Amino acid sequence: MSEKHEKLIDKKGIRLDGRKADELRSLKLEVGVLPNADGSAYVEHGKNKILVGVFGPREVHPKHLMKADRMVLKCRYHMAPFSVPERKSPAPSRREVELSKVIRESLEPALFPELYPRTGIDVYVEVLQADGGTRCAAITAAALALADSGIPMRDLVVACAAGKVEDTVVLDLYDAEDKLGAADVPVAYMPNLNAVTLLQMDGQLSPEEFEKALNMAMEGCKKIYALQKEALKNKYMTTKVETKEETEE
Amino acid sequence: MSSPITKVRQRQIAQTMETGKRMDGRTLTDYREFTIEQGVIEKAEGSARVFLGKTQILVGIKVETGEPFPDTPNEGVMTVNAELVPLASPTYETGPPDETSIELARIVDRGIRESKAIDTEKLCIEPGKKVFVVFVDIYVLNYDGNLIDAAALAAMSALMNTKMPNYEIKDGELKLKQGYTQLPMKSHPVTVTIGKIGEKLIVDAAMEEEQVIDARLTMAINEEGNICAIQKGLSGYFTPQQLIEASKLAREKADEQRKKLKW
Repeated sequence: MSEKHEKLIDKKGIRLDGRKADELRSLKLEVGVLPNADGSAYVEHGKNKILVGVFGPREVHPKHLMKADRMVLKCRYHMAPFSVPERKSPAPSRREVELSKVIRESLEPALFPELYPRTGIDVYVEVLQADGGTRCAAITAAALALADSGIPMRDLVVACAAGKVEDTVVLDLYDAEDKLGAADVPVAYMPNLNAVTLLQMDGQLSPEEFEKALNMAMEGCKKIYALQKEALKNKYMTTKVETKEETEE
Repeated sequence: MSSPITKVRQRQIAQTMETGKRMDGRTLTDYREFTIEQGVIEKAEGSARVFLGKTQILVGIKVETGEPFPDTPNEGVMTVNAELVPLASPTYETGPPDETSIELARIVDRGIRESKAIDTEKLCIEPGKKVFVVFVDIYVLNYDGNLIDAAALAAMSALMNTKMPNYEIKDGELKLKQGYTQLPMKSHPVTVTIGKIGEKLIVDAAMEEEQVIDARLTMAINEEGNICAIQKGLSGYFTPQQLIEASKLAREKADEQRKKLKW
């Protein structure tokens, strides 16, 4: 495969999309974008466009999933049929089932499930456009949506991938690098607690390369974390301005 | 799935581990004894049954012909499926595969695929048109923890035991000939799953131990000691230091198993 495509990274270390090895794609984070959801967030991470809505704590459906001593978190990661070059069937694929599971498990350590017994929280992730690294962008947005819903959290969860293209360890792979590159390591992280809540890898890495990729991904996470906090603050800034205007009338 | 063991038992298991020991007498980094039987299903092209402690997994391989994926016209295809058969545990139910079995299949798939264990280019019959398709079906027969490592071991053992029909192409038609050849293999990944409980790391968690661990980390490791696939699971977390420690432990354990297996 490697002979057919052009070099993903040139001699100066510049990648096909113009980024340096440890550079993130552009990010746009918005909180409180869905009026009907209890919490919501929208993220544009490079060309990824992802919407997350959170509902709950509310009654659990189906009922047998209810836990007497804690809340259950449910998560659905779903890709829109038009989100990828070839139409994706809207029925859940095996990949989506697995991603729903790992995204849920990456968010659970941030919550206090024992505070809301007999209830459930639903996290719905809709990938409107995909360009590599959707699970990470989804986690970043889902954490914001959970925070927006107002439930207490230990920390925000933030995610970012690192990987290897050609022979270089790089940050935040986009679609072409993900498909043609040598390895992809998505990481979700809670910076305040120094806790990694999601780690996956495919491809091949030496132990040294793995360590480097892990550290690079966590550095990327820390940068996105600052943007996450800003996005949350922004929502309340606008709320404040609105209430002020109302009282003046 | 509600926990099949009591809170008292869970606490007992956790406290024992805190002292560096385990309920069944193992140290934290001991595997249970495993045995492998190959070629147990005659009608399958390859098969293997693995016993890991009381965990029992059967993998059957079927080889058929089919179309290649458009992006890899010169390569054969492999698919992995896992069934948590209801007779394997009182907690398993009938019905379509749930997220646990899908995740199990996808972890085993990733280890084999990313380490390029099967020489898929040799499975091409006619580029872009016809290739061999290798179906790896994982059958969990008795659940006593660490399904991932046992399933990966059984899948690799079954693949190494797989024979493909000889064939020739006559007037563009595929004709099967007498005799069989071995499925071409390039690499032999070993999969190791590490469990985290508090500050401690353990390997090969038994079913009861799986109820008390906070998180797990699975790594597939090839002959060169490179990592080919990783999956963190369960709703706990690892610190970065624990991850590095776990990856070292996984490589040590993979080495140890590789020696036993003579892979």
